[in-house]
Amino acid sequence: MQRSLNLVHTANSDQDFANADRATLLAKLDAVLPEGAWLHVKEDLLPYECDGLSAYRRVPLAVALPENEAQVVAVMRACYEAGVPVVARGAGTGLSGGAMPHEHGVVLSLAKLKRILRVDRNARTAVVQPGVRNLAISEAVTQYGLYYAPDPSSQIACSIGGNVAENSGGVHCLKYGLTLHNVLRVRVVLANSEIVEFGSDALDTAGLDLLALFIGSEGMLGVATEITVKLTPKPQAAQCILASFDDVRRAGDAVAAVIAAGIIPAGLEMMDQPAVRAVEPFVKAGYDINAAAILLCESDGTKEEVADEIARMKAVLEGNGATELRVSQSEAERMLFWAGRKAAFPAAGRVSPDYYCMDGTIPKRRLADMLIAITGMEKKYGLRCMNVFHAGDGNLHPLILYDANVPGELARTEAFGADILKLSVDFGGTITGEHGVGFEKIDAMCGQFVSDELTMFHGVKAAFDPRGLLNPGKAVPSLHRCAEFGRMHVHGGQTAFPEIERL
Amino acid sequence: MSSTTIDEFRRQIMLRTPLRIRGGGSKDFYGGAPGGRLESNLLDTRAHSGIVSYDPSELVVTVKAGTTLQELELVLAARRQFLPFEPPRFGDDLADATIGGAVAAGLSGPRRASAGALRDFVLGLRMMDGAGRELKFGGEVMKNVAGYDVSRLMAGSMGCLGVILDVSLKVLPVPMHEATIRLEVDQQRALEMLNRWGGEPLPISASCWVDGVMSIRLSGAEPAVRAAKLSLGGSPVDETDAQLFWTSLRDGKHTFFCANTAGATLWRLSTPSVTPPVISTDRTLVEWGGAQRWFHSDAEFDEVHALAKSISATATAFRTTAGRENVFAPLAPGVLKLHQALKHVFDPHGIFGHGRLNPEL
Ligand SMILES: Cc1cc2nc3c(=O)[nH]c(=O)nc-3n(C[C@H](O)[C@H](O)[C@H](O)COP(=O)(O)OP(=O)(O)OC[C@H]3O[C@@H](n4cnc5c(N)ncnc54)[C@H](O)[C@@H]3O)c2cc1C
Repeated sequence: MQRSLNLVHTANSDQDFANADRATLLAKLDAVLPEGAWLHVKEDLLPYECDGLSAYRRVPLAVALPENEAQVVAVMRACYEAGVPVVARGAGTGLSGGAMPHEHGVVLSLAKLKRILRVDRNARTAVVQPGVRNLAISEAVTQYGLYYAPDPSSQIACSIGGNVAENSGGVHCLKYGLTLHNVLRVRVVLANSEIVEFGSDALDTAGLDLLALFIGSEGMLGVATEITVKLTPKPQAAQCILASFDDVRRAGDAVAAVIAAGIIPAGLEMMDQPAVRAVEPFVKAGYDINAAAILLCESDGTKEEVADEIARMKAVLEGNGATELRVSQSEAERMLFWAGRKAAFPAAGRVSPDYYCMDGTIPKRRLADMLIAITGMEKKYGLRCMNVFHAGDGNLHPLILYDANVPGELARTEAFGADILKLSVDFGGTITGEHGVGFEKIDAMCGQFVSDELTMFHGVKAAFDPRGLLNPGKAVPSLHRCAEFGRMHVHGGQTAFPEIERL
Repeated sequence: MSSTTIDEFRRQIMLRTPLRIRGGGSKDFYGGAPGGRLESNLLDTRAHSGIVSYDPSELVVTVKAGTTLQELELVLAARRQFLPFEPPRFGDDLADATIGGAVAAGLSGPRRASAGALRDFVLGLRMMDGAGRELKFGGEVMKNVAGYDVSRLMAGSMGCLGVILDVSLKVLPVPMHEATIRLEVDQQRALEMLNRWGGEPLPISASCWVDGVMSIRLSGAEPAVRAAKLSLGGSPVDETDAQLFWTSLRDGKHTFFCANTAGATLWRLSTPSVTPPVISTDRTLVEWGGAQRWFHSDAEFDEVHALAKSISATATAFRTTAGRENVFAPLAPGVLKLHQALKHVFDPHGIFGHGRLNPEL
């Protein structure tokens, strides 16, 4: 009974891969990979035990470091034949435990596939391997006046393969879109080692939009081995407004007002007072430490466009009670304004031994309600929280500050985070805007989706990976897990998981 | 009212007889022949209509599938917002097309190359699958990566996976200013210019080349449009004429599409924008900065698909009087297998949209 679960991926329970034949697998890896391209000694495996969310760790059976697509295929075939799980890994900067290993599985690192294969300046596309760093693409094409638009704050480190798997965003995605909007084609090795391609060098292809389905699929449906990205012309000019507010509600309303005025800023970010106070001493960005919240509001485009838009944004912000407004007067000053925002995570790391980054999205009109609710939660859990928001698209990054060495603080932090996610769903939003479900938010999925929807997700998974070998236990919870989790959610009059026996 | 409509959809689905999901029928001509090999009943979505919610400052509208594009676009226009993908309406009466049909067909209009495709604007939807289950995916926020992106999979699925009930779409403010210019150039030169301009930060929102004339639409802040007009040259087009021209392209009403070429098929070629003018026909219409080309041909479908494939393009027999078995390019075997597996997951009894997207589905 237990063992038969190994053969077909189903929605009901998580599979156990403990019976996989380790010795045969290692012999196969040895046969298909060159010396040094696979690791199995414990101390070599430790650097791979977690991703950017270090609270969750597991040591894998082995790590494979293929150097080309043929070797990826060979590893996938070996694992498929041995019935061993595969967890793809890019740069390991993920923040939801997506690349955390499976204890009975192989970590498939794409780090060595880091070549930019082709740049077509005229067509404004680049074909890259999955291990290429996000920023490396922009650096390679800057000479043509082009760049790759999605700019996650981790862009110096994160891989394009990881971006595709997470559908990553950045501070400029309000105007320029997410990974989804900037990728034309992916070449994918499926769990059974077959190669398929989704999308093309042109804008449209025949059939279902499997490219859209694959983007954001968190390493559950296949392994990307080649990606064609769209390149965007660099804007001629950019300017940023730094606005202070003495009340978070007024700051939240100002965000809505900018959009309502028909403006789509290139970036629209919000930081609350604790975030400003954590950042300012280190960065000296000139942020107003007495403001209840600040907004960064950027315009880019032609010089004429920017001048026009900045004037309109200024008027809206002033009309909505900004207590102070500064417009960047030089590129250096603009970069300084942003330096503070971009230093928010490191600053959290400086003011607290540990921090936990959340990632819900809510309708913009609820931004202030959320900030006020989080203040209440700080009291409830006895923990501090600083908030940075991609305000323009309602994506929140509350950073809960804690100390893992204080007994009970991690558990309180997790409960705090779960409260924020629950409220995000109650406000009509989602538990993850860009960091993915991974391992971290697997239980929160039970609150956002009902069993029929989760069953559909498992069906999609099984269509690509019938044996459930890719990244098992991530992204979509089994129905049993949700039943046990208990904190179930009822929507549309459906009772959640009535068919699942409670254990 | 609406819940009884949905109950009626479920009742029809539970009969397990083949169903052809249809809104205004404006795209009956498109894709594999409705019904395919099988006799099917009609599931008419039009009774399920109306705006569910719309908050302009959130840039999101949620609308029932049977709502006409006309109604939706009027509601948006009242708040100076619009659907940036400019979904084609087709049909003898432009008022027929529904948003559900637009999403299911997945087609985008002239702004596609600059603003994005229909699927880029789908944020979430509620659907009914082939087992009669009501399911909700995605949501009403811009950024949402919880669960697989099923809502975008439904975009362009041609009614072969399930019934779209409501859909949430990202909308944008109407551009502050628009202007159209025209230049006389040959196709080769036009393609070179379009690709060069594509690499520059210009506010080009649509382009079209046909019969030696290239039209360029500029959208954005007034000063940006004015500056671009100066640098691109050409002659300005009267605002009303420009409006009519771009609308005729959007809705497939331009005389080029209607030209009676003695029963020849109208082909749409989705190609890398840099592809030189390869199609040796009398006339071509180029859109999307070179990435979409239209032509008429009476060549065998297989021949056109093969030619397209050889240049990394995808051809679609868009309007034809010939048989409609292979209007879409054939899928690679591995990709077809995934299609069949997904079809089985969404529509286990195989009742939806036979042959509409692919003869095997
Ligand atoms: C300081 C910091 C700031 C960040 N800022 C942002 C931000 O602004 N926006 C944002 O969206 N994210 C941000 N992130 C999160 C993270 O950087 C992104 O999720 C990134 O896309 C992960 O890329 P990676 O290469 O590190 O992937 P990994 O962490 O290695 O893997 C992430 C997931 O992708 C899968 N995967 C990796 N490669 C492949 C492949 N080739 N094929 C299939 N699946 C694959 C893995 O299995 C895993 O599930 C930040 C992280 C940090 C640490």
